[in-house]
Amino acid sequence: MLAHAIFFYFFSILAIFSALMVITSRSTVNSVFFLILDFISVGCLFIMVGAEFLGMILLIVYVGAVAVLFLFVVMMLNVAQQKQSWFVGQKSTHIPSGLIVSVLILLELLVVVGGWKYKENIVTSSNLVIDRTSTNTHSIGNVMYTDYILYFQLSGVILLLSMIGAIILTYRKRENVKTQSYLKQISRDKSSAVMLKDIEFNKGVKIDD
Amino acid sequence: MDYLITLISEIYKILFLVIPILISVAMIVWLDRRVWGLVQKRRGPNVVGPFGLFQTLADALKYIFKEIIIPASANKTIFILAPIITMTLALVAWAVIPLSETLVLSDINVGILYLFAISSLGVYGIIMGGWASNSKYPFLGAIRSAAQMVSYEVSIGIIIINVLLCVGSLNLSDIVMAQKNLWYVIPLFPMFVVFFISALAETNRPPFDLPEAEAELVAGYQTEYSGMMYAMFWLGEYANILLMCAMGSILFLGGWLPPLDIYPLNIVPAPFWMIFKILFLFFLFAIIKAIVPRYRYDQLMRLGWKVFLPFSLVYVVLTAGFLLYFDKLPKGSF
Repeated sequence: MLAHAIFFYFFSILAIFSALMVITSRSTVNSVFFLILDFISVGCLFIMVGAEFLGMILLIVYVGAVAVLFLFVVMMLNVAQQKQSWFVGQKSTHIPSGLIVSVLILLELLVVVGGWKYKENIVTSSNLVIDRTSTNTHSIGNVMYTDYILYFQLSGVILLLSMIGAIILTYRKRENVKTQSYLKQISRDKSSAVMLKDIEFNKGVKIDD
Repeated sequence: MDYLITLISEIYKILFLVIPILISVAMIVWLDRRVWGLVQKRRGPNVVGPFGLFQTLADALKYIFKEIIIPASANKTIFILAPIITMTLALVAWAVIPLSETLVLSDINVGILYLFAISSLGVYGIIMGGWASNSKYPFLGAIRSAAQMVSYEVSIGIIIINVLLCVGSLNLSDIVMAQKNLWYVIPLFPMFVVFFISALAETNRPPFDLPEAEAELVAGYQTEYSGMMYAMFWLGEYANILLMCAMGSILFLGGWLPPLDIYPLNIVPAPFWMIFKILFLFFLFAIIKAIVPRYRYDQLMRLGWKVFLPFSLVYVVLTAGFLLYFDKLPKGSF
């Protein structure tokens, strides 16, 4: 048990430390790296608890995909300069909207935590039978695809919607863009690509029509 | 005292795994260059040692004695961390690879997820190295590489789902044992091809070596690296390639199982079959490096997102439908 305790305290201290560093670090890239460290140590904690499936999914989804995109954005947009112009500059319109969003999130958290405090049995989890012989993955699948299939599908649809929304927000049709058609390129042969022409003097030929 | 004994025995086991991997990485670099040379009617490295076998060791020695140069404007910590992360992640993943029924360092329940997670972490070494160098070419190379790896990971994940549908377990030994009668390369052959090409892209091998396209980007993310740090990137890359070959042989080629369970084949020890399959896949990697010209970046992205992703998704539906219709879904004693 000693080794278990040592590892637990190691990972939890690492998680708390890196979470603090995410919000206090001066450089944005460093805070993203600390965020990654935080994800990894929380994943390790999950594995220590015995929830190996959740730990691995956390690593794959958050560290392997989401945090890479974070890093992309932070590295490419040069956020440090933008932060200056957003929060220090003359017309900072971002502070009110940020405040509104954070107050809303705080209220939601209060509602959730308060509701849980006063009505403990709002989610019935006691009728779930925990089968200790089956693996993590099988027991999660057994519950998720049977009792909670509707919620599972619904969350999938919500994710799909937000994906489509993001694409629509950023999509713009550009004019005069030359694109390649692979079919056209492959199906070209000698008879359509090479031709003999008699060129009139002082006229030349017109290509590309 | 008990802890100490367990600790020492574990370290002993880990060393027994890591040192052969490092040696085989060195040998595989030699094999790669040799195959490459033979395809182009050259001899390849053939001077140091018998058949030039010690060429990589000589190269490694040279790298060790070279000076490590850190650019003045680089972010020092991250610059040094990047090759270490690449190398460590490439070695750490080998912990779950089973070489035979008993010869595996840790036989965890979610082995394939672990492999997938580690290979998706591999992108950080590259992106950190490219960013910390604080120079244009490494940064462009790192961005290219990260985008490429993230896109091809998606199709690799879906291919893994195909195999898992047939197996019904995430454990790597279970995946191998489920292929006792039929290797999955036969029913899932299109997926094997897609997996192989995605593995090429995932490990930045030619024809998808755009992150280090020397004509455009000098050497991509490793431009500013020198000496041992460059060598670590290089070793990590080859260890990753070996890992991808091991993954391919576990998922599709039946791991340590002999092709047929008949007399002369089944007395060959199991690890030899595994190693033979890994080497076979690596030979394909090396041949492809020699004979296929490099892709253009937009073609690469198109192949990943518009061809492989829909194709493997449709194949998931087909596999699931087939298994359900013929009542072949795995119902083990889980």
